Amino acid sequence: MLARVIGAGVAGLCAAYALARKGVEVEIVERESAPGLGCSRFAGGMIAPWCELESAEPLVATLGEEALDFWSRELGIATIAGSLVVAPARERAELADFARRTRNFESLDAKAIAALEPDLAGRFDAALFFRQEAHLDPRAALVALTGRLAQLPNVTLHVQQDAAALATIPDWVIDCRGFAARDALPGLRGVKGEMLILRSDEISLTRPVRMLHPRRPVYVVPRGEGLFMVGATMIENEERARVTARSVVELVNSAFAVHPAFAEAEIVETGSDLRPAFADNLPRLLKRGHTLYINGLYRHGFLLAPALARRAAEVVVNDGYFPEVMDADSNQRAAAGCERDDVANAAGRTGVR
Amino acid sequence: MNDPVTLYDVALSSRLLLGTARYPSPAILAESIRASGCEIVTVSLRREAGGARAGEAFWSLIRDVGVRVLPNTAGCRTAKEAIATAQMAREVFATDWIKLEVIGEEDTLQPDVFGLVEAARALANDGFKVFPYTTDDLVVADKLLDAGCRVLMPWAAPIGSGRGVNDAFALRALRAHFPDIPLIVDAGLGAPSHAALVMEMGYDAVLLNTAVSRAGDPVLMARAFALAIEAGRAGFRAQPMTPRDMAEPSTPIIGRPFDRLA
Repeated sequence: MLARVIGAGVAGLCAAYALARKGVEVEIVERESAPGLGCSRFAGGMIAPWCELESAEPLVATLGEEALDFWSRELGIATIAGSLVVAPARERAELADFARRTRNFESLDAKAIAALEPDLAGRFDAALFFRQEAHLDPRAALVALTGRLAQLPNVTLHVQQDAAALATIPDWVIDCRGFAARDALPGLRGVKGEMLILRSDEISLTRPVRMLHPRRPVYVVPRGEGLFMVGATMIENEERARVTARSVVELVNSAFAVHPAFAEAEIVETGSDLRPAFADNLPRLLKRGHTLYINGLYRHGFLLAPALARRAAEVVVNDGYFPEVMDADSNQRAAAGCERDDVANAAGRTGVR
Repeated sequence: MNDPVTLYDVALSSRLLLGTARYPSPAILAESIRASGCEIVTVSLRREAGGARAGEAFWSLIRDVGVRVLPNTAGCRTAKEAIATAQMAREVFATDWIKLEVIGEEDTLQPDVFGLVEAARALANDGFKVFPYTTDDLVVADKLLDAGCRVLMPWAAPIGSGRGVNDAFALRALRAHFPDIPLIVDAGLGAPSHAALVMEMGYDAVLLNTAVSRAGDPVLMARAFALAIEAGRAGFRAQPMTPRDMAEPSTPIIGRPFDRLA
């Protein structure tokens, strides 16, 4: 059996890996010059299923728990050092709300915060610590995953390749194009996110720190060698590659509130891309004939991709069915904006069977 | 109960206006709108517009809910910026309604009332129907009416604070001074009881965003506010009794207490 995976971002590479492990012949097709150059590149890389409960549905945490094992043990690329959630003194109400909506955390006082992250000593008097959560460097993770795939005899990777131009017809098409799949999935929208990478030798953090704020929440993820990823804005528009001055100012201000030394940090990179999302911000496996769309991962690409990939492989190999992500009811279909027939037609138009 | 509120010649049966920011998802936003029964939602343009109307996907989700859109100029810091945003909003949503915000202080999001009056006058002259987000200051309110506004939207407390009514005296004074102008409390409410209170004071409507969108269950909270607003309005119309001060002695009975007369 041959499966063609279109799109070599985190969803596509995880799907290819899960399929290949089941013995499927896998052909990965990527339009860019290398894997991982789409929106996965700008991810925070926090494997934080319980923190995400703050605004996500319980399903995201359920699926996300599978990612901890995948990235830390199977790929060996994620560090389990927990997540730390803090709030400025005036925004203590945000911390209380966050605690009410999440689980699997411990409440820390100033002394415990200082013990965990000495550089934050004296800066916050309360925090939530999600001990079991992990983080990774998305770019390193995708390189590692690509390397793992290269070792498998039944996987090929084609870069700078337009999938529509391929003459051969595989048994299955696994469409992992993210926002680019809107041509087939009309209910998909893009949610803009902007991020920065800062370099500072004055600060050292061991784990992601989220600082809550009613308008400008921020997270700082240590990437090693003095690098920190600072993210991310959430804006309901679909312009891809434009980082605004306002967003940079807000992100830097928020990072400064986490630690003043960030004011002197070097801005190494600014980045911006679109999170692909359905109206309910929940992910989907959409099976249309022999095309399977993996999409709508929203801001949870690295958190959700392993669980979705595993389910996708089951669908392809064993005709599996997973109602929680496979548009089980009409509400889900409506939220995805794609009734069965519409998508079948759209798939027909793009020439996949 | 037929008790419509009329805003710029449009009669509305719901006295709740809902903001559309910071919901867990557009699907939950749409459900909250339906649960609230509101007929007007506000939509922010400044930031979502992006370079070339890149906010269209989200805006069309909102338009699809089928309620009237009141675009706002949230995030604008000068009259000029707000005017330009209002003009863009008129094109995008094909409406001359505009909720005018000119922010003067970044931390509390307190309105810059000078820029607000300036922008209100320019927009009213340009044919806009202006809904100004203002403080509870009487004189500013008067200037806004003078500039051409026919609706006022005073705050109860700073945006997103959820504190409820900070200055009941100021809100009562506004109501008393402008008995015929629709007054909508915009910003600062947190709990349904806050909304009931301002409706009992005689306010015409309430605009909410954070109190609903950041509640644990936004859909249920939208419904709770709708009920509170209806109750508060009915309470106002029913003319509540005046509270009695039982600490003061009532009509004295000579000699002995009333209950021991028998």
